[in-house]
Amino acid sequence: MGEKYKNEFGVFAERPQVEKKYYNAKYIFTGLAVFLILLILPLAPNLGKTVPPPQRQLDTPVIQKMAEKDRQCIMPTDWMRANHMQMLVDWRDKVVRTNEKGAPNGRDFVSPDGKKYLASLTNTCMDCHSNKEKFCDQCHNYVAVAPNCWGCHLQEGKKLAEAK
Amino acid sequence: MGMDRREFIRIAGLSTLLGLGGKGAFELLRPGQVEAAMAAKPEAQGVVRWAMVVNMQKLDEATAKKCIEACHRVHNVPDFKKPKDAKDTLPPEVLNRYEVKWLWTEHFHNAFPGEDHPNMLEKVAHLPFLLLCNHCDNPPCVRVCPTKATFRREDGIVNMDMHRCIGCRFCMAGCPFGARSFNWRDPRPYVADTFPGYPTREIGVVEKCTFCAERLAQNMLPACVEASGGALVFGDLNDEKSRVRDTLKRYFTIRRKVHLGTNPQVYYIV
Amino acid sequence: MLEKALIGTKRYYLLLAVLGGIFALGFLFYLQQLKVGLGITGMGRDVSWGFYIAQFTYLVGVAASAVMVVLPYYLHNYKAFGRVTILGEFLAVAAVTMCVTFVLVDMGRPDRVFNVFKYPTPNSVMFWDIIVLNGYLLLNILIGWNVLECERHSVAPPKWIKFLSYVSIPWAVSIHTVTAFLYAGLPGRGYWLTAIMAPRFLSSAFAAGPSLLVLLCLLVRKYTKFDPGREQIQSLAKVVTYATLINVFFFFCEVFTVFYSQIPDHMLHFQYLFAGLQGKARLVPFMWFSIVGMTITAILLTNPKLRQNENTLAALCGMVIITTWIDKGLGLMTGGFVPNPMEKVTEYAPTVPEAFITLGVWALGFLVLTLLYKVAVSIKEEIRS
Repeated sequence: MGEKYKNEFGVFAERPQVEKKYYNAKYIFTGLAVFLILLILPLAPNLGKTVPPPQRQLDTPVIQKMAEKDRQCIMPTDWMRANHMQMLVDWRDKVVRTNEKGAPNGRDFVSPDGKKYLASLTNTCMDCHSNKEKFCDQCHNYVAVAPNCWGCHLQEGKKLAEAK
Repeated sequence: MGMDRREFIRIAGLSTLLGLGGKGAFELLRPGQVEAAMAAKPEAQGVVRWAMVVNMQKLDEATAKKCIEACHRVHNVPDFKKPKDAKDTLPPEVLNRYEVKWLWTEHFHNAFPGEDHPNMLEKVAHLPFLLLCNHCDNPPCVRVCPTKATFRREDGIVNMDMHRCIGCRFCMAGCPFGARSFNWRDPRPYVADTFPGYPTREIGVVEKCTFCAERLAQNMLPACVEASGGALVFGDLNDEKSRVRDTLKRYFTIRRKVHLGTNPQVYYIV
Repeated sequence: MLEKALIGTKRYYLLLAVLGGIFALGFLFYLQQLKVGLGITGMGRDVSWGFYIAQFTYLVGVAASAVMVVLPYYLHNYKAFGRVTILGEFLAVAAVTMCVTFVLVDMGRPDRVFNVFKYPTPNSVMFWDIIVLNGYLLLNILIGWNVLECERHSVAPPKWIKFLSYVSIPWAVSIHTVTAFLYAGLPGRGYWLTAIMAPRFLSSAFAAGPSLLVLLCLLVRKYTKFDPGREQIQSLAKVVTYATLINVFFFFCEVFTVFYSQIPDHMLHFQYLFAGLQGKARLVPFMWFSIVGMTITAILLTNPKLRQNENTLAALCGMVIITTWIDKGLGLMTGGFVPNPMEKVTEYAPTVPEAFITLGVWALGFLVLTLLYKVAVSIKEEIRS
């Protein structure tokens, strides 16, 4: 008969003798199959399709009015494409939590070339990029992200002083 | 099995120490961080401390209304009585429950419960006392907030981070002045003229008066003060030459529920 | 062990299906709440916590009451309770599960729930409540499961389990104390601003929890081959008796301080609950039923004959559960918020969706309870045979 063995509950007389075979194979594999199908299901509609990458649309009236040399964002385009979400979150914390003890403060953003901007999505970004559907939504839809900025923030803003 | 009394006391004592030690551990790791956010410390010279004086001798019903309208307009505060679209009309019984207000009026006995008496000056009893967040020096709402979504700024403003609020409404239970409103439903269909300089809110977050922090940042007075025609005085309490300090020196003022120790920073001249 | 929960009688499957169905119905209403907002409930700017947080508070008590079977067993070596500790612990697991779910459905922004951990804030009592509740859940799962497994293999539980059992005793007290501190530290709410809040919470918990346990024991005996034991039920009944008496005593302590001092901030809330205020008196009949019922039940419980008869005992335990629920659920929440800080009265009543969501969470809790009890009872039956 089997030797004594030990687990975390104590010493037991015998190791249980179990025949080595596949138990309940029918159920296990059916279950696995159902699970896999459910897992793949959301991807199925796009199977084999090629969705063309979105074309950025930069020609808003404000941008067109600018001289060629002024047509650049507060940071280089590549940097913005990669980091705009983190930058907006940083702005958000700095602006909202201004004057909080121990928090990074300030409503100003200074770009590398020394220009000063008001750190504001509605009042700064959307001034030039006023075509939200083309400029924001298209890419966000393509990569299937849904930032909820627009639940509160408005697409069109005026600088506070003007709106007085 | 079995345990004598001594061992029980030992274990109970150790457990108690462990429980009490939690906060201590935090303080050791990040000294001063926790307490600093909770209550005001004696401020150094040159630090701003915003405060407001409501002069009820100058404030009549019409002015109060103008102040409220100015405030609610520039902060996109919804009015659930007036939907933009008729299909969003709400049943009357929910209007009171859903109400969002940053600035509103109450009679004396509601604004200062327990301080009224039957023989008081009748004029005062019917004045429209303008109520708002008191921006307390020792704010209970900040103390109870589990995420620091409500926090006290160094200039005394008790502000809200709508991006962080989890909607637990502990602050609403904590505030003894009823100054906080919750977004029980989407406010956007009830903001008649959306003001472009300020965001609206989403469902599920708490909001309140911010002393117009966004306007102060641009060197503008709070919207209500601007609309009040001199009935509201706003300024820096730490500046001896400021208008608030001057007003407080010349008039006797009262504050709401001082006995609760929150140290409100909205003063009333009756 | 888990396999025991998968195999059962037809009645067992039916019970699971019914509970699952109610849960699913509640979930549908919850989806509506997610979409429309908490406005579909009866809460509002004046009564900003309602049914959900009331259930949460009540159930924290039920969870904490597991200590009433664990403590005599581990600290006083009261062997008889060895048979029912597992029922107490698994009841605690189900109760804490409901607590956590109730807090979650009460949140305006459940999508941001992790902000609580991302920005830990020790000056908020809620921070500590989350820690102690989750800790207690973990403790009871670990202890209950391991002790049961050891019992199945007829070996003594390992040392670390014993250590955790000792830890769970003060921990149980802590969950209800911290929950009381949620309310008892708020400056403007006279009804809650009382040092006796935590003791009152504990006394009503130790009345209601063991009452529920007595009922569950009677049910288990009736429908399974496992008998929790007459002595055990009688001991629990004594716990219920003393806790209910103390709870009534604490209530009258509160009434004395509030009304002899005549401080309006504190009196108004009692006046609203027991007499009505500004012509509004929706809760008056409930509150009188609660306190009169609780007092009479407490007195009847002191009679050993009524306690020893299991039919009257069951009825009395039922009364304890109902009356403490009204006191600590309905009355505590609404009473604390009415009148509001401007001394105006806005009444509260739950809406239909709110009631269904609440029912759904209860169904979830009882689903967890049924599954856990099925495991426990099956193992106990297996040991006997």
